[in-house]
Amino acid sequence: MDQLVQQLINALSLGGIYAMLALGLAIVFSIVRLINFAHGEIMTFGGYGIFLSMVFGFPPVAALCIGLGAAVVMALAMERAAFRVMRGADVISLLITSFAVSEILKVLFQNGISARPVPISFPSAWSSSYQIGGMTIGVAPTASIFVTILSLGCLTFVLRRLAIGMAMRAAAEDFDMLRMLGVRANRVVAAAFAISGLLAGVAAVIWTAQRGSVDPMMGFFPVLKAFIATVLGGLGSLGGAVLGGFVVGTLEVLTQAFLPDSLTPYRDAIVLSAVIAVLLVRPDGLLPARSGTRS
Amino acid sequence: MAEARDTILEVDALDVRYGPVRAVRGISFEVAKGGITALLGANGAGKSSTLMAVAGVVPVTSGRISLFGQPTTKATPDAIVRSGVGICPEGRRIFASLSVEENLIVAGTAVATPQVAAKRRAEMMERFPILGERRRQLAGLLSGGEQQMLAVARALMGAPRLLLMDEPSLGLAPQMVDTIFSIVEELQCEGISILLVEQNAALALEVASHAVVLANGEIAAQGAPADLASDDLLKSAYLAA
Repeated sequence: MDQLVQQLINALSLGGIYAMLALGLAIVFSIVRLINFAHGEIMTFGGYGIFLSMVFGFPPVAALCIGLGAAVVMALAMERAAFRVMRGADVISLLITSFAVSEILKVLFQNGISARPVPISFPSAWSSSYQIGGMTIGVAPTASIFVTILSLGCLTFVLRRLAIGMAMRAAAEDFDMLRMLGVRANRVVAAAFAISGLLAGVAAVIWTAQRGSVDPMMGFFPVLKAFIATVLGGLGSLGGAVLGGFVVGTLEVLTQAFLPDSLTPYRDAIVLSAVIAVLLVRPDGLLPARSGTRS
Repeated sequence: MAEARDTILEVDALDVRYGPVRAVRGISFEVAKGGITALLGANGAGKSSTLMAVAGVVPVTSGRISLFGQPTTKATPDAIVRSGVGICPEGRRIFASLSVEENLIVAGTAVATPQVAAKRRAEMMERFPILGERRRQLAGLLSGGEQQMLAVARALMGAPRLLLMDEPSLGLAPQMVDTIFSIVEELQCEGISILLVEQNAALALEVASHAVVLANGEIAAQGAPADLASDDLLKSAYLAA
């Protein structure tokens, strides 16, 4: 029981990270049809933002905020420098552009900072644990669950209640029509990138707070999982991205915790097989996006 | 300058090409202030291409377009709309996954301040009571006629001086077509100039103050609706009315 609850909290915490990354991917994809392979580097940049501001002597909480800001700035810079000129290109060209951006940034991180993980020393309280009903539960995973819920709540508020959020939903359905209502395309696209950057920044904060280090590949692997999550949930569907993120995170944690040692090396294979099995039954994903594109 | 005052839209030697296809071939016409100008013609005559070129949605291959006395040949649709144009595109294209009210909120974001937009939303719900009743419903659940009303209301959120309407009667029940056309006449009475693309020529000639007949991307005739309607040859050849 004790272990199950602990693992459940780990699953929610990891799933939350995947969910936020997958959401960032889905928001951008739903509007500009870009599968942003460089999304992981936004997260990594956020991580380095935290690292560098700690090096320059900022207190930990301020450093986390700077990391968030760094991720947003990186997402906007990426859109402005690489993707804006490619607007309207087909999905493949956009995908390859994002590969290039991803590679360039990874090399810059490796040569500019370090190819190896750089440590971040957060207060020891963050890595401690607390007791509830005889169970030992980590502070960081718990906090990350709350941060995830808060982020998803804020995003829902923005998309449901604010005009810019409604415009983003409208853009996902019919971008050309939105422009025929006088809305500047660049604003909506920039808003989508800013939100995806912010979510990647939150993921970076949670990730570094739990692991205490940053390396050039930090964002790459979680974003790979987030890709799988978006496909599992239904490409372009925001609810699907969240659900997919939690499903992939949970599968990963549970296979890690409860698989016999001899099978552990096959963990990813087992998780991916489960995803394929789901897609065989539901090819459009668990919660497919409404197809809103019209001629 | 006298001309600039009573001419809202000037199209001069407009050419629109899609690759090798020349959809619009050097047409020229004007939309007078306060009038309804009907663009008529058979399917594929170039009506919608002309309208979409005016809206900035389709690129102009050659020729000139000026709106309110300003050249807009290379302007983007959003800039054209912000200059005082409302667009009701073919197929209505309401945002089906947004509520009726959200459709209007989105339509107000770029063309009005939040206060003005809220006031106009209230006006729209008053003008189209059915939209007020269904404000919280998903727009995709509205009937075709209601969707067309929403599309008109959405285009009016910026208080446009010129309204571009592409086939507003398409796919609607006859009674609803009448309703939509009485709305069109109402808007004209309020001083909005209208460029109307219609396949239903008889209906369009009833409301129009000026008509331009297109055939194969060229102007076959233009003039007062009464003259065009009485021209039997024209009617049988191009208007199928």
